Amino acid sequence: MPPTTMSEPWRIVVAKPGLDGHDRGAKVVARALRDAGNEVIYTGLRRSAQQIVDTVRDEDARFLGLSSLSGAHEHLFPKVCELLKQQGLNDVIVFGGGIIPLGDREPLYACGIRAIFGPGTPTSEILEFIEQATQLENTGVGQDSDWYWTSSA
Amino acid sequence: MTFEFLEQAKSGDRRSLARTLSCLENGLVKIEEVLDVIGLVPHAANDDWQTLAITGAPGVGKSCLLDGLLRSWAEKGLRVAVLAVDPSSPRTGGALLGDRVRMTVVDDRELNELIYLRSVATRKASGSVPVIVEDMTKVLLALGWQRVVIETVGAGQSEVRCAALADRIVVVEGPARGDGIQAEKAGLLELADAVLVNKSDLPGAELHADEIRESFELGAGNSPPVLLTSAIHGNGITEAAEMLLTLSSSGRSIRARWRERLLAYHERKILESPQLEELLEKLAKGSILLDEALQIIGGEHNE
Repeated sequence: MPPTTMSEPWRIVVAKPGLDGHDRGAKVVARALRDAGNEVIYTGLRRSAQQIVDTVRDEDARFLGLSSLSGAHEHLFPKVCELLKQQGLNDVIVFGGGIIPLGDREPLYACGIRAIFGPGTPTSEILEFIEQATQLENTGVGQDSDWYWTSSA
Repeated sequence: MTFEFLEQAKSGDRRSLARTLSCLENGLVKIEEVLDVIGLVPHAANDDWQTLAITGAPGVGKSCLLDGLLRSWAEKGLRVAVLAVDPSSPRTGGALLGDRVRMTVVDDRELNELIYLRSVATRKASGSVPVIVEDMTKVLLALGWQRVVIETVGAGQSEVRCAALADRIVVVEGPARGDGIQAEKAGLLELADAVLVNKSDLPGAELHADEIRESFELGAGNSPPVLLTSAIHGNGITEAAEMLLTLSSSGRSIRARWRERLLAYHERKILESPQLEELLEKLAKGSILLDEALQIIGGEHNE
C-alpha cells in the first residue's frame, strides 16, 4: 500500500527566492520528495521572501526547501528565516540547496536552516534528512537546537 | 486533544485556518467539531452561489484564468478562497501541487488579504475529487470567506462528480480541441452553468465558442452563457468575472447533478469506512462478495 495509509504525507514547499531562473535542481528535489509520498507545493520562480513565507503559512507546510544558484543565498535565506520566526512559524523545518559554498553555510545553520545540499547530493540523502528531522525534537527554524544535517556535497 | 487553533482560526489567523484544513484532511477532527467552535455555515444571500467549480481539460488555462478572475473579484473587495485540486500518485501517494506557479495574484500584497489559496491533493480518492473538499468548503464559508472556488482537472467522469458538489460549474475550453474531443467532453459540458473559451487570441476560439452555443441551443431550457477570454492578454476577464458573480444555475441538469452528488456521497461513505481495509483484505482473499462488503459498509452507518 502507498505510504498514505501509514501516516499522512508531509506537506513541503519548494521555493525559488530571488532573481534566479535556474530551477532544474528544485524540480529534481520536488520530484524525489513527491515520489517518496510527500505533497510538494512548488512556488515557481522569482519569489520574494515574504511571498514564500505567506505560501508556507497558507499551505500549512511542515517543511520549506529553498533553492538558490544566484549567490544571493547569504541575503535571501536568512531573510526568509527571519520572516518565518516573525510570523510565529517557528516549527517549520527549513533546508536549502544550490550553489552554496562550504564557507557560507555556518551562518545559515545559525539562522535555523537544518541542512544545505550542494550539487551532486543523492536525493536519497534529502529523504533521510526529512526522516531524521521529523524524528528529532526542536528542528524547526525558530526552535532551540544546534542540530543540523552534515551533508555529503 | 484541544483545538486552540480553531479559536485562532475564528479570529482570522491564517495559519490556524491552514492547520484546521490539514486536520480535517488528516481525519484528526470532524467537521461537526470544527463548526461547533467556529460557527455555522452562513446561508447565501439571494440566490448567489457560495461555491463554484472551475473545471476543464489539462492545459486549457484554468489556473491562469482563475488568477485573472481572482484579481477582478479582490479589486471589488470580495473575499474569495480557492481550493486547487491536483492528483496524488496512486502508487506512492505523493503529489506535486503546482497551481501556485500560475496564480500570482496571491503574491500581490495589496490584494492577498482577500484571497486564500490552498493546494489540495486527491489522496485516497485518487483520480477523483477528495471528498474532504466539501468539508473544507464549509469551514471556509463559516470563517467568513464569501465565495469558495474549487479548481479541478476535468479529465474524466470522476472530476465531474467533484464539480457537482459545487453550487455552480464553469467549464473552461480552448480552441482547436477537435471533434473527437468534443464528443468526449459531452458529460462535462452538459453540467456547465457557464463556459469560458480561453485562449481567444488563438485562431479557432470563436468558431469553437459558436459550436458550443449551437449545441446548447439544441438542448432544452436556457442556454448557459458562453464567453471568450484570453488569460494571457487579459481580454474578457473583467466581463467574465462580472458575469460569474451573478451566475444563476442553468437548471438544465438538476437530476444529473444530484446523481453525481449521490455517487460522490456514496464513494465518501465507502472511503471513510473504518472497515475499508479489512473488507479489501477479505475481498482479495475471496472470503466475501462485493455485495456483502457493500452491505457491511451500509450497515454500520445505519447503526
